[in-house]
Amino acid sequence: MDFQIALLLAQDGITNGAIYALLALALVLVFTVTRVIFIPQGEFVAYGALTLVSLQSGKVPGTLWLLLGLGMVITLVDLSRAVRARKLRRMPSVILFNCVMPLLLAGLLSVVSPATFSLPVQVFITLILVVPLGPMIYRLAFQPIAEASVLVLLIVSVAVHVTLTGLGLFFFGAEGSRTPVFTETSFAIGEASLPGQALLVIVSSLILIVALYFLFERTIYGKALRATAMNRTGARLMGISSSMAGMLSFALAGLIGTFSGILISPITTLYYDSGFLIGLKGFVGAIIGGLASYPVAAIGALLVGLLESYSSFWASAFKEVIVFTLIIPVLLWRSLTTRHVEEEP
Amino acid sequence: MNLSLDSVDPEEKPLVLEVRDLSVSYGKVEAVHHINLKINKGEIVTVIGPNGAGKTTLLCALMGLQPACGEIIYFGKTQGADRRVEKRVRQGMTLVPEKRELFGEMSVRDNLLLGAFDRYRVGHRDALETMDQVFDIFPRLQERCEQMASTLSGGERQMLAMGRALMAKPKLLMLDEPSLGLAPLIIKEIFHTVAELKKTGVSILLVEQNARAALQVADYGYVLETGEISLEGPSRDLVNDKRVIESYLGLSVRHGS
Amino acid sequence: MKNLIFLWAFIVALALGPLVLPEFYVTLLNYIGLYAIVSLGLVLLTGVGGLTSFGQAAFVGLGAYTTAYLTTVHDVSPWLTLPAGLAVTAVIALSIGLITLRLSGHFLPLGTIAWGISLYYLFGNIDALGGYTGISGIPALQLFGFELKSGREFYYLIWAILLVLMVATRNLLDSREGRAIRALKGGSLMAESMGVNTPRSKIVIFVIAALYACLSGWLYAHLQRFINPTPFSLTQGIEYLFMVVVGGVGHVWGAIFGAGLITLLKQWLQDWLPQLLGQSGNFEMIVFGLMMILVLHRSRDGMWPIVQRCFPERAVRPRVAEAEPLPRRAVPPAGSVLLKISNATKRFGGLVANDRMSFDVHAAEVMALIGPNGAGKTTMFNGVSGVDPLTSGEIVFCGERVERLEAHEMAQRGMCRTFQHVRLIPTMSVLENVAIGAHLRGRKNFVHAACRTERDEEARLLHEAALQIERCGLAEHLYDVASSLPLGKQRIVEIARALAADPCLLLLDEPAAGLRYLEKKALADLLRRLRDEGMGILLVEHDMDFVMGLADRVVVIEFGQKLAEGLPEEVQRNPAVLEAYLGGIE
Repeated sequence: MDFQIALLLAQDGITNGAIYALLALALVLVFTVTRVIFIPQGEFVAYGALTLVSLQSGKVPGTLWLLLGLGMVITLVDLSRAVRARKLRRMPSVILFNCVMPLLLAGLLSVVSPATFSLPVQVFITLILVVPLGPMIYRLAFQPIAEASVLVLLIVSVAVHVTLTGLGLFFFGAEGSRTPVFTETSFAIGEASLPGQALLVIVSSLILIVALYFLFERTIYGKALRATAMNRTGARLMGISSSMAGMLSFALAGLIGTFSGILISPITTLYYDSGFLIGLKGFVGAIIGGLASYPVAAIGALLVGLLESYSSFWASAFKEVIVFTLIIPVLLWRSLTTRHVEEEP
Repeated sequence: MNLSLDSVDPEEKPLVLEVRDLSVSYGKVEAVHHINLKINKGEIVTVIGPNGAGKTTLLCALMGLQPACGEIIYFGKTQGADRRVEKRVRQGMTLVPEKRELFGEMSVRDNLLLGAFDRYRVGHRDALETMDQVFDIFPRLQERCEQMASTLSGGERQMLAMGRALMAKPKLLMLDEPSLGLAPLIIKEIFHTVAELKKTGVSILLVEQNARAALQVADYGYVLETGEISLEGPSRDLVNDKRVIESYLGLSVRHGS
Repeated sequence: MKNLIFLWAFIVALALGPLVLPEFYVTLLNYIGLYAIVSLGLVLLTGVGGLTSFGQAAFVGLGAYTTAYLTTVHDVSPWLTLPAGLAVTAVIALSIGLITLRLSGHFLPLGTIAWGISLYYLFGNIDALGGYTGISGIPALQLFGFELKSGREFYYLIWAILLVLMVATRNLLDSREGRAIRALKGGSLMAESMGVNTPRSKIVIFVIAALYACLSGWLYAHLQRFINPTPFSLTQGIEYLFMVVVGGVGHVWGAIFGAGLITLLKQWLQDWLPQLLGQSGNFEMIVFGLMMILVLHRSRDGMWPIVQRCFPERAVRPRVAEAEPLPRRAVPPAGSVLLKISNATKRFGGLVANDRMSFDVHAAEVMALIGPNGAGKTTMFNGVSGVDPLTSGEIVFCGERVERLEAHEMAQRGMCRTFQHVRLIPTMSVLENVAIGAHLRGRKNFVHAACRTERDEEARLLHEAALQIERCGLAEHLYDVASSLPLGKQRIVEIARALAADPCLLLLDEPAAGLRYLEKKALADLLRRLRDEGMGILLVEHDMDFVMGLADRVVVIEFGQKLAEGLPEEVQRNPAVLEAYLGGIE
């Protein structure tokens, strides 16, 4: 391996690592706020990328039907509950968010071919199609059993993952696809050249990480999320409801996932089930951070990206084996350094 | 200092909270049985009793953290059985819990800001003004403003917990054992502050084990013993009541022997 | 009786199945059997032990690949590859278990996800294992010189093994070790305090579940005579968990039911869904995922309990028979020092919860630890019982330094405790609950239990449990389900459970909390009787009437320090105690 290849691999590793880092942050966020180990995180990556592909090829993406379907179900569930409790005051907003907005979107996409939109508009439509699925999934799958044990939540999380993968196959088919690159420019660093798309991924990820930092440090909602993660009872006593915090964290996870999917859509061919492995690599990073520390999780995820990239050079067939076996020494280290605390039954 | 509600209804009934026949069970154990109590506007009412009597359980039920049966009437409106804590916070009830429940890895300032979360949410963005008022009451918090809550001393934590609750501009402030684990001098300071708060017009439900201190600041007292109210009356009467001591140290009844 | 008829009907139907059914259904039943073997292990792991694994398919793969490789490349007899596969699996499961089981519960499943993926790619990328094309030409099994070539012949082997494993699993659960496993789900604190080495129990069931999976893989390889990595992927591992959750995670029969239901449903959906959706693909996973979410929302016990309602008679619970009594510990003479605590200090960060506490407890006395809320009583109690060790200080129990021992080691030395929040296993009978207390007085292990060669010892343990229940005056509730008892009696069951360990010192954490007057009186009478028999009792209690009427001596704590010690009457009149409880007078 000469220097140039090493540089190339490093660039590749950092690009992927940036995406893993974003996902790792989302996983830590969701876990600390809701105790859900969010296995379907990766599905948002695939959904984001493939929705954008559909839009660019002028098709109505299948995620629209999912959005409509989930919206209907939530409206029905909330409506039946509201009717029983005779409290219909909040129904108009429920209907607006879960039914009217998806329907308007459906109307728009059926009238105008999405292929005619400019890239930013397509990206925007992708975001509003896919991101709301996060809180919707929380509302239907997790909120009713929010008090269940971490283990039960994990099993539900896996079930959601399986369902979303199956739906992904139905919506997008078994073939992989990618979008054209967002930018053709490339930069020369010494002898190596850095493609603009890779730089775009790294810079956008950094911007998103900084934005998240500001959200958590400077805004009241971000602080409310951190408060819920630190002390659920304390947060409830401040009027921060656990379900609101849950919805918000899932919305952020949805946003991060979808955004990551859009970013990598031009550099990786994505299949309906590619998200899972990508998400799990974010997981390895999150576990390095003990599912608790944001900076350690991000650095861990970056390491995963680098490890993956270098191992694909040395032993390309075994790169997945190497990345996922990394978890064993990490767990060993964690197990030797943490004192086990009894979970109240 | 104006920590009471922004607009006080002139025809407001003096009764803030009425509890009728309240019982709470943990599974099969009934921890609190058939409690009746009343709090008038601007009053400090205390519930005293030895530990294990069910005082914290009672507050959790009032706040909606614990399912309960019986009626909780707040400003003339019966509280729904949905026991949504957030809703009660919005209506002006706040609880300073026994364990303080601070956000340890956040600064004192952020802890206070979050105390106003619910008001902020519905459009009252005057949190900074309220914070100045809280700093007037607890100057020590202002000095520690940027410190992490987890680095505070026991007394400062209690001050922060109370300050955080005041950020919501409550109509009914419930304090659960504010003296717990504190040194005598600090207890004195805390109770002094509680007495001062009364002047702002907020109604206070003070749950305490430290009976003498609590009765000194309160207008009316209830003695809770193994989940039941065994004694009630104006504080000045209870202070000298021998039966209060008995309820704590069990001089009255002997089992078996 | 009725259940037995159903059972025999089921076995006869199974035996006749291959003679009448067409080939297709025999194949389906073979698969159900193979899946059920894996599911059975998961029931043990998830439903009984409260742990979970998504990587069972990988263990199946280990069994299958070991035999495939050894039989095709090295011509080893299949009957020798089975122990080889089991050994490999045991070693790997043991190492994964040792690494992850010390961490909180969710790291095991996460570890198994990673391990499932790794192994799948490993199978697919090692040329010696045939890569993604796999290994073919695996020899058929020979049984008594008879070659099991067709599915119909293999069928009997699979189902015979499954039935044997079911019996073994049921035997295991109905034994000393089985009770210890069942106690895991309620949090390990109780089990630890009864002397169960909980990490060991967890690892053992994880290994057993892995071995079941490996056995299923070995059978699979010789049934198919060809393998590739696909059936050992993570997706299949998730499907195994579906079978168990949908079937009934806490029931041995739930494994067969779940495996059958999911396999048949999958067959049916794979026919219909692609037609319905106009595409081909594994769309049944959408349905399974939704089904799983629904089951976990609506009936977390799965669907077997619904089936079970058709069989009115319920589980046979262990009965007591006459047996030779267990050996007893020598009772220390009354008045001798049992427990001596000197300068016990416990710090949590900067907070000093116990500050140089010293006191002792004698044989045949009731010592009460009282103090205002937050004074440090519970911390002291946890320090003594080994749950949360002291920062510094000395604890001497029966002449031995014990402050660094763990809870289960304390139990071994004759110190046994009860809990403030009753920790009985709600679904077990009073007898079984109390028998957990006698855990340390038996020696026979899992293998003995599965083969039922420990019945002598089991009878002696149950006899001992019954004896203690009688001693506590609950003889009429021997076979009742623990959760059906009122709280007062449940607390007494806890004391009986502690007594079953044959302790010389009882630690009671708020035994009177939540009890009614008469229940308290009964409890006080029982404790007095135990004291008169020579037992030392240390209790933490809030109820002063109860304490003052019962205790021989009282220690009062405030701010983690000893405030007073003495006879109840002295303590009640001590002005410092009055001030601690009622607050200062200004």
